[in-house]
Amino acid sequence: MVFALIGNQNCGKTTLFNQLTGSNQHVGNFPGVTVEKKQGQIRKLHAEVVDLPGIYSLSPYTSEEIVTRDFLLKEHPDGIINIVDATNIERNLYLTLQLIELKLPMVLALNMMDEVRESGGSINIEQLSRDLGIDVVPISASKNEGVDELAERAIRAVEKHSLPARMDFCDGPVHRAIHSIAHMVEDHAEATGIPLRFAATKLVEGDAPTIQALKLNENELDILDHTVHEMETALGTDREAALADMRYSYIEKISAQAVHKPGDTKEQRRSVKIDRVLTNKYLAMPFFLVIMSLVFYLTFGLIGPILSGWMEMGIEWVTELTDSALTAAGVSSPIHSLIIDGVFAGVGSVLSFMPTIVVLFFFLSLLEDSGYMARVAFVMDKLLRKIGLSGRSFVPMLIGFGCSVPAIMASRTLSSDRDRKMTIMLTPFMSCSAKLPIYSVFAMAFFPQYSAFVMIGLYVLGILVGILVGLLLKNVLFKGKPVPFVMELPAYRLPAPKTILLHMWEKAKDFLKKAFTIIFVATIVIWVLQTFNWQFQMVADAGDSMLASIGAFIAPIFVPLGFADWRISTALLTGLSAKEAVVSTLAVLTGAGADRQLAALLPGMFTPLTAVSFLVFTLLYMPCVAAFAAIRREMGSMRQAVGMMVFQTGVAWVVAFVVYRIGLLFV
Amino acid sequence: MTLKDLKVGGSGTITAVGGTGALRRRLLDMGLTPGTKVLVRKMAPMGDPIELYLRGYELTIRGEDAAKITIEETR
Repeated sequence: MVFALIGNQNCGKTTLFNQLTGSNQHVGNFPGVTVEKKQGQIRKLHAEVVDLPGIYSLSPYTSEEIVTRDFLLKEHPDGIINIVDATNIERNLYLTLQLIELKLPMVLALNMMDEVRESGGSINIEQLSRDLGIDVVPISASKNEGVDELAERAIRAVEKHSLPARMDFCDGPVHRAIHSIAHMVEDHAEATGIPLRFAATKLVEGDAPTIQALKLNENELDILDHTVHEMETALGTDREAALADMRYSYIEKISAQAVHKPGDTKEQRRSVKIDRVLTNKYLAMPFFLVIMSLVFYLTFGLIGPILSGWMEMGIEWVTELTDSALTAAGVSSPIHSLIIDGVFAGVGSVLSFMPTIVVLFFFLSLLEDSGYMARVAFVMDKLLRKIGLSGRSFVPMLIGFGCSVPAIMASRTLSSDRDRKMTIMLTPFMSCSAKLPIYSVFAMAFFPQYSAFVMIGLYVLGILVGILVGLLLKNVLFKGKPVPFVMELPAYRLPAPKTILLHMWEKAKDFLKKAFTIIFVATIVIWVLQTFNWQFQMVADAGDSMLASIGAFIAPIFVPLGFADWRISTALLTGLSAKEAVVSTLAVLTGAGADRQLAALLPGMFTPLTAVSFLVFTLLYMPCVAAFAAIRREMGSMRQAVGMMVFQTGVAWVVAFVVYRIGLLFV
Repeated sequence: MTLKDLKVGGSGTITAVGGTGALRRRLLDMGLTPGTKVLVRKMAPMGDPIELYLRGYELTIRGEDAAKITIEETR
């Protein structure tokens, strides 16, 4: 038994999904598209629930809406769980009325009822259920109230195959049009398996995919046009407005009877107060800077390093233990070296960075789930519009400072292909946290007094280059019109701890997977390349290895940038597996055990200026394979993804070259 | 007059929704249908977009899109 979980954005859908499934969930993709598909088992019962994207309507415009429609029409779920925000019931029911037309067993989860009650409001559940013709269950997803009953009733609805009791929410000309069209397309709907009422409404609405799917003949299309024209004349409006109005009119009618709302809820009133500060004309920007600085300080300055330190200590302990065990067991020296110098050194240095990433995602999901991210989009929209994007692109780009992979995946929430692609192309210029160990080692080695300044400078440079590239893209590659920016500003809410924890766990799992697959393999490959020569004989000096010759082969490319050491070009190559690997490779190649030792060895390979040039190149050149894979998937094209890699590396080379040459004038 | 002409704190009733394609549909889907009462709650720090209050919730749209919505001001 499979349920589709559908609702607006910001209505607590993810929270409910987590409550329903606990940790029994798996993440995948909808076939053929790039929208994430989460699926899970309901409360250890024989029922699965699929978390569909948060949408406001079943219109045929955004990829989220299309995915939802396709899932409902083609995958044939057994039932629908429609979650509705009770504090914002009018707009939420708009989607409900469209879902009912699909004629599937359906239960309405009326979320945030606790907030409605608290503000002295009430909703007559029985009346609402009667007016909509479906079962209504009041719940509070964040407090886990009513969720058991919801699951029970949803399963019962499917078992009894109880379908929505009514479909007719219209009267007058719209009613006449829908009914005569329904009569006409009955056979078509049956043949194509599209629910009749849904088909008729969408035809009257002028929904292109439905018109196509139903394969109407010339004559029928004429009748459709004629019927719609008649309706439009009678109403003095067009088809889309007529149907939107029909739905909202019905909703207004039933809410007038079933919903008693004395005023805004406590949360809504609180939101207005918070927004007086956070989106205030003068205070919005300072507060944004303070909040982001705080997040970065706590992540990279306070909590991250402490946790990373513990992690490092643990890794060192395990390494020493393994080392002495291997020695005691008399393991042959190549294997010993593979385990200690290859795997432990490589994976270890990456793992010690995991706590920082998890902490960052804690804050980012806090900002997202509390509703602040939407305010960021509101405040920043005008800024991003200058480079042809909308405020919504700000959120993915911001996540780009944590990791390009989730940032690129977050671009899925953008409804236009153009905006999505542009955002994906600009996100890697936002310096990801994996590059941080590189910056910190180099800052420690060359600018110990100014390390914070160096790091901020690199972040700012990345943003500036991103803006320039954005302007270039806007005027050359993406000349089309930007997507409409029509966005809800949800009430501020305290995020559910469970949602945040699951989110962090997901990210940690992702990162661990990356560390033990891509990075694990990469470290072994590097170790092999670096330990053997082309005849596969172990070399005493790393300078005779395969890696040295590959590094030496590409090293001349970096001569104009001031660094041509084969170890550096090799480190940049291995950085493609994951950016943290730049440091671990340098550590392996220079024979340094820890970051501190590496920092002491670096001045032998770089001058302060070439170090800056190297950092600039590292900041901007093509992202790691994990990000590349994400880009390829989101772009939907290998050619475009590869083109983007070449472009980015070219930009990196040019900028580093300029920085180095200008620097030479002052040194 | 259009929604764009309303000052912060001003309100009106929608009489027509212009625009085309995805934008127009989105405006209608979000509840900006003729006859709906809208209040302009705020302007973003940089003067655009604007924050609206309608049907019990808050929505933000850009000035250029607000200019496509005809309203009758409430006095």
